[in-house]
Amino acid sequence: MEATTKSQIEDLIKSKKVFLFMKGTPEMPQCGFSAGVVTVLKNLKIDFGSFNVLSDMKVREGIKEFANWPTIPQLYINGEFVGGHDITVQMASSGELQKMVS
Amino acid sequence: MTIPEIQAKIEAGLPGSTVQILDPYRDGVHIKAVVTYKGFSGKSLIEQHRMVYATLREEMKEEIHALALETRSE
Repeated sequence: MEATTKSQIEDLIKSKKVFLFMKGTPEMPQCGFSAGVVTVLKNLKIDFGSFNVLSDMKVREGIKEFANWPTIPQLYINGEFVGGHDITVQMASSGELQKMVS
Repeated sequence: MTIPEIQAKIEAGLPGSTVQILDPYRDGVHIKAVVTYKGFSGKSLIEQHRMVYATLREEMKEEIHALALETRSE
């Protein structure tokens, strides 16, 4: 991964308490798992920033290496990688996610 | 990559695990793996999922598009 891509990713993660790398936009997700995480965050009224990885091939590939995680979406809270779709859904239903953002 | 192949790969990578593959849309693409493995005990969810992904390292790059995961330590 190029250094510029890495710092771009780091800047994005720091730009908001809750940040989501996804396929598509919150208004128009382009994948079922991305849509699922957006729905969870919206239902919990969690304010979040997002980046559409389909708009940038370097970020799309770089983020997998950055988090050592092979799939997208990826959710970050307070600059820390939290997980993908399944973990987010599971943490939301256990109430853990709400605690992390409060 | 077929569903039995994915199952075999995970089971080989996590010896003693029980792997159930679900294909809720019957399309062979949007599949879900339910993995029960003693070795998950004491591990965070992220670590548990990473352990499963590690068994499918090459496949996750190209062949597998949508794999939902549920991990249990029994």
